[in-house]
Amino acid sequence: MKVGYYPGCSLHGTSREFDESLRAVAEVLGVELAEIDDWSCCGATSAHATNHLLSVALPARNLALAESQGHAEVLAPCAACYNRLAGARHEIATDAALAARMPELIGRPFANTVAVRNVVEVLHGLLPTIRVRAGQPLAGIKVACYYGCLLVRPAEVCSFDDAEDPVTMEEVVSATGATPVAWDMRLECCGGALSVSRTRSVVRLGRAILNDARAAGADAIVVACPMCHSNLDFRQSAMVRRGEAAMPVLFLSELVGLAFGVAPDRLGLRRHFTSARSLLDRVQPPAAAREVR
Amino acid sequence: MNSMEPAHGGHGRPTLAEELRRATGRNPARCYQCGKCSAGCPMASETALRPHDVMRLVSQDRREELLAAESIWLCLTCETCVDRCPNECDPARTIDALREMASAEAPASVPRALAAFHRSFLDQVRLTGRLFELGLMAEYKLRSGALFADVTAAPGMVSRGKLGFVPHPIKGVKEVRRIFDACERANQEKP
Amino acid sequence: MARIGVFVCHCGENIGRTVDCARVAEELGKLPGVAHAIDYKYMCSDPGQALIKQAIAEKKLTGVVVAACSPHMHEKTFRRACGSAGLNPFLCEMANVREHCSWIHEDRDAATDKAVDLARFIVEKVKRNVPLETIRIPVTKRALVIGGGIAGIQAALDLADGGAEVILVEKEPSIGGHMSQLSETFPTLDCSQCILTPRMVEVYQHPNIKLMAYSEVAEVGGYIGNFDVKIRQKARYVDAANCNGCGACQKACIVRKVPSEFDEKLGKRTAIYVPFPQAVPNIPVIDRASCAYFKAKAKGVKKDACGKCKEACSKGAIDYEQADTFVTEKVGAIVVATGYTLYSIGKDQPEGLRGYGEYGYGTIPDVIDGLQFERLASASGPTAGKILRPSDGKEPKRIVFLQCVGSRDPAKGIEYCSKICCMYVAKHTMLYRHKVHDGQATVFYMDIRANGKGYDEFVRRAIEEDGARYVRGRVSRMYRDGETIKVQGFDTLSGEPVVIDADMVVLATAIRPQPGIEQLAQKLSASYDAHGFFNEAHPKLRPVETNTAGVYLAGACQAPRDIPDSVAMASAAAAKILGLFSKAELEREPTVAKVDAALCAGCFHCERVCPYGAITRIEVRDRKGNLVKIVAEVNPGVCQGCGTCQATCPSKSVELQGFTDEQIWSEINALLA
Repeated sequence: MKVGYYPGCSLHGTSREFDESLRAVAEVLGVELAEIDDWSCCGATSAHATNHLLSVALPARNLALAESQGHAEVLAPCAACYNRLAGARHEIATDAALAARMPELIGRPFANTVAVRNVVEVLHGLLPTIRVRAGQPLAGIKVACYYGCLLVRPAEVCSFDDAEDPVTMEEVVSATGATPVAWDMRLECCGGALSVSRTRSVVRLGRAILNDARAAGADAIVVACPMCHSNLDFRQSAMVRRGEAAMPVLFLSELVGLAFGVAPDRLGLRRHFTSARSLLDRVQPPAAAREVR
Repeated sequence: MNSMEPAHGGHGRPTLAEELRRATGRNPARCYQCGKCSAGCPMASETALRPHDVMRLVSQDRREELLAAESIWLCLTCETCVDRCPNECDPARTIDALREMASAEAPASVPRALAAFHRSFLDQVRLTGRLFELGLMAEYKLRSGALFADVTAAPGMVSRGKLGFVPHPIKGVKEVRRIFDACERANQEKP
Repeated sequence: MARIGVFVCHCGENIGRTVDCARVAEELGKLPGVAHAIDYKYMCSDPGQALIKQAIAEKKLTGVVVAACSPHMHEKTFRRACGSAGLNPFLCEMANVREHCSWIHEDRDAATDKAVDLARFIVEKVKRNVPLETIRIPVTKRALVIGGGIAGIQAALDLADGGAEVILVEKEPSIGGHMSQLSETFPTLDCSQCILTPRMVEVYQHPNIKLMAYSEVAEVGGYIGNFDVKIRQKARYVDAANCNGCGACQKACIVRKVPSEFDEKLGKRTAIYVPFPQAVPNIPVIDRASCAYFKAKAKGVKKDACGKCKEACSKGAIDYEQADTFVTEKVGAIVVATGYTLYSIGKDQPEGLRGYGEYGYGTIPDVIDGLQFERLASASGPTAGKILRPSDGKEPKRIVFLQCVGSRDPAKGIEYCSKICCMYVAKHTMLYRHKVHDGQATVFYMDIRANGKGYDEFVRRAIEEDGARYVRGRVSRMYRDGETIKVQGFDTLSGEPVVIDADMVVLATAIRPQPGIEQLAQKLSASYDAHGFFNEAHPKLRPVETNTAGVYLAGACQAPRDIPDSVAMASAAAAKILGLFSKAELEREPTVAKVDAALCAGCFHCERVCPYGAITRIEVRDRKGNLVKIVAEVNPGVCQGCGTCQATCPSKSVELQGFTDEQIWSEINALLA
């Protein structure tokens, strides 16, 4: 299986481990990630908060590149990129006038034919393979699946799962052998958009999420968004320094990698601010897992 | 007490509601002030105007007040309100459109830190085609004046291999700049 | 040669102000075939009508055109005048020079020219009119009432008391409908069962009413005055003639934990059951899906199938071999009183609707709906009237009520207001406080719609005397926190987000039509709206009639209705039907379609497009009795004169009388000339 790959800026920078773990997992699953040649930034929050047209045009350039490079679908692992790409795709598909403007605006032919997928969706499509490939290293580990907002909302754009009662991430986690816990905050926003400019809001929102996961008995939180990750992981480090117990925050691909017996270093776990040690100590020795090249 | 503005903004220009309807494709008049948006808004405990207040002020055509409000800049665009609004009003998209209008009509009212962030972010993208995060942090600190905020993070980011020191422009960087220019032009040409 | 009389009315100033009526008469008088043309101030007045009658006699008129107001207003008046002067009424037509001309124009000359044109083309039509005779149809003085809730019961009793025979069909084992499930009723708080059960018994004992419970309408044929209704009587597996209602079978039944429909799944029933002790008729049915005997049989077990009820019955009334039976009844009129069902918030929804994921899609225990609360509050309910929460049987000290769940929510698919919720929620808060004195009721609402006699006072009482806390706002989300339900809302009046801890949550879910109503409407050729509610013929002036003659509406099948409204509609429908039955024959306008059997090729396009099922097939035979062909025929009792058949017929062999192609073309040609 070959899929167009749009890593996005974060996966080349602050969330490098998301990229590393995803590539490691893709290898085991036999998925070829064909990175879109010369991709550019999707514009993220800054574009859509200040110039709506730009927030559609920047993703459109990338979709046009994917189209010209022969991809029917593109995996955008970063939830923010996914939301922008899928949102722009939807808007162009439902607004003929906007669609007509696009080729001139981005200076490329563009037919809006490329489907946009997120990492949860793609892994969910590979559930049987994950079940086969996962050993038992995660047995007994409880995981709080955190969707946040960009992955499932708005419902008309992110239609891969139910916006109010999603199940796909839990099903992927179950397939890895870990146990998803039921908790309340999995769809609440972490405040990512104000991460840099208004830290106190982000700390308030992040703390509520961490506390709820803890109360639900989770050993770790799993995310599929670099912004959620940096908020929950990096902001937590200050709390840990003040003596609070650490709640490891993993990318979904990292958890799947652990289930496959991939070495934690290859998954980039050492790059986290909040140590995943408490979790890794509970992972069964790789010997118990099936052989992985 | 606020006096009611005449229906057509009083300046011969369309009402704010009409302008927003054109920009977002959603009719703000559908809002019946149930407050479900604000009930689920993660920022409701911090902001002076909650989503339903924004919709209310839109319907009352209180343009200056809205465009000068800090609250519109505190929306996280988490879209919870969008999915739960019984009338499909799309408060988040409305707020985005208001921000765009505020940037153009009342740039002084945009909170400095946020304006600095968005500006720095887009500058970096325009420069290289992608986000150069170290560049963003440097530019943001200069623009916002928040020189010491999160300074503890940078070394940690570097030691974890999360920050590169050199920006690598993409091949199509000129193409990206043209898109920026075209979109900015299109915005200025708007009636 | 035609001799048409043209009569131009000034309608006081209404027409005369803008149209030069004298000139209209003058111009019309010049037309070939017009023998007489005059104008007059009020043509509908007695002297005006006298002018017409006089002209018919003196000028030997063959047709009359009155240029005046809309035919809706006075066509009957003028046709009657013509009739009394010996001219066939259908040789009289009106040209509307008021609504279509004087009221909408200002330029006097142009308006006058237009009035001339309008009258001119009607003259051309009248030249081609032929005398038509009023259709007379016999009437069967027996009515069918579909649905045995309070609306159906009221309609049946009013009809029966008025001397008509009634067949009351109810799909459930007992009549009573939703009203029998209610605890107390607003705005008087009188006990629902206490006022309803005597009416149910009255239905059962009334000599004019034939009650067919556990039955459904299978097919409807015929037309007003002469419907043929095929009714399916579902097998009860209990012989109604022998059963004495002793209840021994239910005591003997080994299947005791079937969720009770009557108790909205909060209580249990046996597999052989009557829905509730006061059921009418008091004859049990066996629910095949849960009966041990039928389950064993389905598995192929030959011996040892249960049979406990049969053993227990001293009357030998249990009959496992019973099958559905069909009867056909002739009726003259039909009342639809099929009632409502409640929207539920779950994930599975009919097309066009969405559930409430933010409220847990119905998976949070102790989140119940209004009817379930009725059962908890009802003395005959599963808790004997104690308010106890379903999950653990504890008394809830904090109940949150949510109004408008599903209603007024276009995003979820229902934009209308369900009308009764504001009232019953206020009632629920009162019942709760009366039963749990230290209980706190909180109501999330958007607007209070309490517009009935004593209604607003009732809601105020809930707030002022019974301590209900009303919070204006919708709830964004509900989730569990241990045994507590967190209700996250917004108080739009204080401008604050609120999270209220609840032990139980009651959802005032939207009122929807009964499932399957579309199929019933299709059987009746009656129209329904986008939500599946039956359409009334006119929202103001014909509220209990449908567009299909002889089919009437009562209660919540037409829109959300409370008990007083449902009863009023039922009585109105009964009065309409008794009026219909008061005549020996029914008179119908002869503007119906007619087939020319000689021309008809028998393609039956007309049969396929007729919205009223008015086309039948008849055989044409020669003198020796040999079949020549099969052609279409229009049943004049059913035909509504819509003309769809005429537009469809490839051989032009079916025409609407009074609106033939020739007549319409003559009008158009006159305008183009």
